[in-house]
Amino acid sequence: MAMSESAATADAIDNPRGLPITTGTEVFPPDNVEGYKAFKAGDFSFRRDAYFAHITWPGGRHEMPIDVFLRALMRDVAWGFFYGTVNFDHIFGTTNYYGEVEMFAGACNHAYTKAGRDFIQRFKSDELMDVFSQMVSDWTNADYDPFAAPMETGTPWGSKNGDNDAAVTRQRVTAKRMIGLPGDTPVRTDESGFTVNRHFTDVDQSQPDVYPEPGFEHEVSAYNLFGYLSRSDVTWNPSVCSVIKDSLFCPTTEEFTLPVEHGNDRCEWFIQLSDEIIWDVKDGKSGDPRATVTMRAGDVSCMPADIRHQGFSNKRSMLLVWENGSPKIPEMVRNGTAPVVAVEF
Amino acid sequence: MALNLEEEAVSQYTTVFGSLNDYTPGGVMVIDDDPKNYVFSNVFAVADKSAPYERVAVAKNMEYIIEAVRTEGVSDWYATAHDEFALCMDGEVEIELVKLADPDSAVDPDSEGAHKLSGDPDGQKMGRIVIRRGHQALLPVGAAYRFKAEKASVMMIQTVLGPETVEKWAEICQTAA
Repeated sequence: MAMSESAATADAIDNPRGLPITTGTEVFPPDNVEGYKAFKAGDFSFRRDAYFAHITWPGGRHEMPIDVFLRALMRDVAWGFFYGTVNFDHIFGTTNYYGEVEMFAGACNHAYTKAGRDFIQRFKSDELMDVFSQMVSDWTNADYDPFAAPMETGTPWGSKNGDNDAAVTRQRVTAKRMIGLPGDTPVRTDESGFTVNRHFTDVDQSQPDVYPEPGFEHEVSAYNLFGYLSRSDVTWNPSVCSVIKDSLFCPTTEEFTLPVEHGNDRCEWFIQLSDEIIWDVKDGKSGDPRATVTMRAGDVSCMPADIRHQGFSNKRSMLLVWENGSPKIPEMVRNGTAPVVAVEF
Repeated sequence: MALNLEEEAVSQYTTVFGSLNDYTPGGVMVIDDDPKNYVFSNVFAVADKSAPYERVAVAKNMEYIIEAVRTEGVSDWYATAHDEFALCMDGEVEIELVKLADPDSAVDPDSEGAHKLSGDPDGQKMGRIVIRRGHQALLPVGAAYRFKAEKASVMMIQTVLGPETVEKWAEICQTAA
């Protein structure tokens, strides 16, 4: 789920709907009732009140509980629109074309498309990202962290009450080779502010025994990945921990629900490292249910490239998300050669 | 920050990891799909039925591979033309590393995946690492490595499809709804 830098720089940009680029964004001053700013991107307008995000477009409107909206918006911002489609819910979302992005209402909803009520506009990614970043900053109050599990944060309700920019501007971890190597991303410790999560107090924190010969200290290296994950302060936010070319190990810790329904544009592998996640899998375009995948420790499964999925994890669990961040994949998606199923047998 | 943890004050959580002797796979409950599309397996179940150091692919993303390995006894020596990473999922594994004197003669620099060496590697000892459950180690390019495990243990290796990779998807994956 964490994108490599190269994945966002495809040579050509796919535009299967042939949509023109929409320009024009606007930030409105705080309203006199709840004190939040309103936003406009193209013909989409966004405002929030005490409980809801209100999204309108020509001929349509949609309401989402503000906690659901903020958790989804946070991931869309943090993941740079991610691979494929980020469904905030069954109506609203974005589809990434790696340099440009479509924002839609109803485009992945069978009833909307059948009735011709779906609405889509296309933006330069950096322009829409600027609006989304300002939105998550303004709409997140001081007590609320949209990256955190609901039990570990305050509530997002009510009138404007400060901000939490330290939380909403967290930078995802992207190891260049492996966590803990000299010059690479460091391991997490109490001293660096990463304490063990309340659900992982029983996770062994011992480090591997490493015995380098003189001169090989920089390459004879290992670290405690499970201990590292037990100290994650965010949920559903994979970070790159080891890299072979475009093969990215992106482990993460999960609690409550994946805040979006992720619509894949490529195959995505999950390896359950601890505990249990249950995945609802739906058709990527229509949203019709296709499967329920229960994953327990040691289970391996691949999400096909034509589905959307959402995970549910009661106890905080450790999940290894394994991505192929190759910049050639957008072209393969465009010309239809990207595999829909990872392995055929 | 106001947290919602009051009702959790007396809760105790147990983190469930798997092992060779204790694993409980989930599975795919199909509504309108083919379970084979999800390539569902379990690394402990795979290792349970594998020969020592058989490198069984459990995940494949184009040329990239994750192998599940039952580590037991002493392995052959391997080398690759790129990094690999070993993640211990159960037990304890020792990794020996040797800096190859002539890496290109040991492994074609344009090749991918792990290659078994015909004998002991020629080069300087780099050191050794002992990993246990949850520990991830670098198997660096330009080095030869071998594994040792006194008791049967389980590793996953992040690598690229190579001559040592064993693909037997129909044997390891869920095929029935």
